[in-house]
Amino acid sequence: MSLRVTGRVWVFGDNLNTDAMYPAFAMKMDPPEAAKHVFYEVRPGWTDQVAAGDIVVAGTNFGVGSSRPVAALFVELGVAGLVAEEFNSLFFRNAVNSGLAAMTVPDATTLFRDGDTGTFDLADGSWRNETTCAAGTVPPLPDLILDIIASGGVLPRLAAQGYLPAELGDVLRSSAVQMGGAGSGA
Amino acid sequence: MGLTIIEKILARKAGRSTVAVGDTVVVDVDMTVLIDLQFATMWLEPNRIHDPDKLAIVMDHAVPAPTLKDAAGGPRARKFAADFGIRNFYDVGRHGICHQVIAENGLARPGEVLACTDSHTCAAGAYNTAARGLGPAEVYSIMCTGTTWFQVAPTIRYELGGVKPPEVSGKDIFLHIANEYGDAANVNLEYGGAGLGGIPMHDRRTIATQGAEVSADFSTFEPDDVLRTYLDTCGVTGYRAAEPDPDATYADVRDVELSALEPYVARPGTVSRNGLPVSRLGQQKVDQAFIGSCANGQLEDLEIAANVLRGKTVATGVRLLVTPASQAVYREAMRRGYLQDIADAGAVVTNSTCGACFGYHMGVVGPGEVCITSSTRNFTGRMGSTDAEIFMASPATVAASAITGYITDPRSVTA
Repeated sequence: MSLRVTGRVWVFGDNLNTDAMYPAFAMKMDPPEAAKHVFYEVRPGWTDQVAAGDIVVAGTNFGVGSSRPVAALFVELGVAGLVAEEFNSLFFRNAVNSGLAAMTVPDATTLFRDGDTGTFDLADGSWRNETTCAAGTVPPLPDLILDIIASGGVLPRLAAQGYLPAELGDVLRSSAVQMGGAGSGA
Repeated sequence: MGLTIIEKILARKAGRSTVAVGDTVVVDVDMTVLIDLQFATMWLEPNRIHDPDKLAIVMDHAVPAPTLKDAAGGPRARKFAADFGIRNFYDVGRHGICHQVIAENGLARPGEVLACTDSHTCAAGAYNTAARGLGPAEVYSIMCTGTTWFQVAPTIRYELGGVKPPEVSGKDIFLHIANEYGDAANVNLEYGGAGLGGIPMHDRRTIATQGAEVSADFSTFEPDDVLRTYLDTCGVTGYRAAEPDPDATYADVRDVELSALEPYVARPGTVSRNGLPVSRLGQQKVDQAFIGSCANGQLEDLEIAANVLRGKTVATGVRLLVTPASQAVYREAMRRGYLQDIADAGAVVTNSTCGACFGYHMGVVGPGEVCITSSTRNFTGRMGSTDAEIFMASPATVAASAITGYITDPRSVTA
């Protein structure tokens, strides 16, 4: 996956928890169906509006809650990156392990508005609002984490290391296999 | 420079003399725990795993299986355990909520690193273990490689002082802290102090478990004689506990005077800056009451519930669900008569599982209903309908509320 993403941003608020993105009843569904319930109460209908390559921008404490693989649902929806003023560390790890670009940008929800185009470069920590021309940098992530994201997530990396059948290759980057291969959580 | 408990364990397991806040470290993991949900959708058997003796499988979230999807996971888990010779396999019948099974089987050891999928893995911090939930993909990776990575976060220390009143539990202590100080994302919590010896192990586990609710990284307790005695009874030996250094650096040190605490309740939505003493809540009717989960389905929690409920009757129109945290807890609570007292009062005692806590397969709450729960999480929609309200309190408060039909200070109903 790319460490540099450009796309339309959707701006959300603070304290978005995992149950608001992946409710328990959706855990009984296959990934494509489950993905239709992301933000089902917070912003009904959003999953019909979001398009491949879009980026989610959130406030503080993004992803507090459970281990259920919400990040894989964002991959299923085609979301290219997650940006937040502050991530819950478990949610951040799930994003990295899904090969999803994730960047912490202070004040992100005031620097970006719904529909702006944003560019985020994880390798050098730079970000830019292409609509308003605001720009800045944050400390880049450690090489280990960048390597997992660049590998397309932890499963393709494990396949490259010989822990999983190498012929699975690209299949391991799909959200369905991410959620099924390593399993789910709650 | 001195190290906190977590810094000390991470340095040790990374093979370094020290670590500092902001470092990213790769550490050896002593025990990795897989749960049933990992096997439910599909399961790719790895070519090889790091060490079958450092792996456990616990059937917990959806047992006995409520859906075909979950039912399909059981055979995969059994095949995987057989193929790779995994002896720590807690199949249905010797199962329980993974954090309870981890505790009662001595899988969490002081000074060591424990990894599990589930967000409440921080529960094992009660045993001076560096433990936290890492998600299914990470746990799969650790199963293969034996290692994981952590970004070392700053630590906040809670200095416990005084003696807690007998009717105040770990839940009340945690709800007080969550209300007073709010979220702790990307922060470790450390508990210690002169008052620690008066906090029993089950209360420590409730407090450690709920660190996830304030978004904390690790929640870890200092080792002391109470812990050592507990570990002796579990047969855990040969460990090397991690004490914080006297000159450890903390982001903040917060004093908690235990004698000043009273039963607490959190309002619906979050526990963070959203609680108050039960005595100040005002009249709040309830439809469902739940005692269970990794936080409060322990034997002592059931004993407390039985003591409140004995000889009393659950109010008309109220459902009280009680879910022992493991099969071992269930059997012992039955042997001691707790389950008899609880059921005689009109409660429904369920099989041990995560159950109503995460609104998946048992005890789901409907639109417009109000639930008082002693479980882990009170997010909107967590236990069922997004139009239901979830209040959180101790097992004593939940039991008292089930009797009166209103959220009730347990001090007002005890015999």
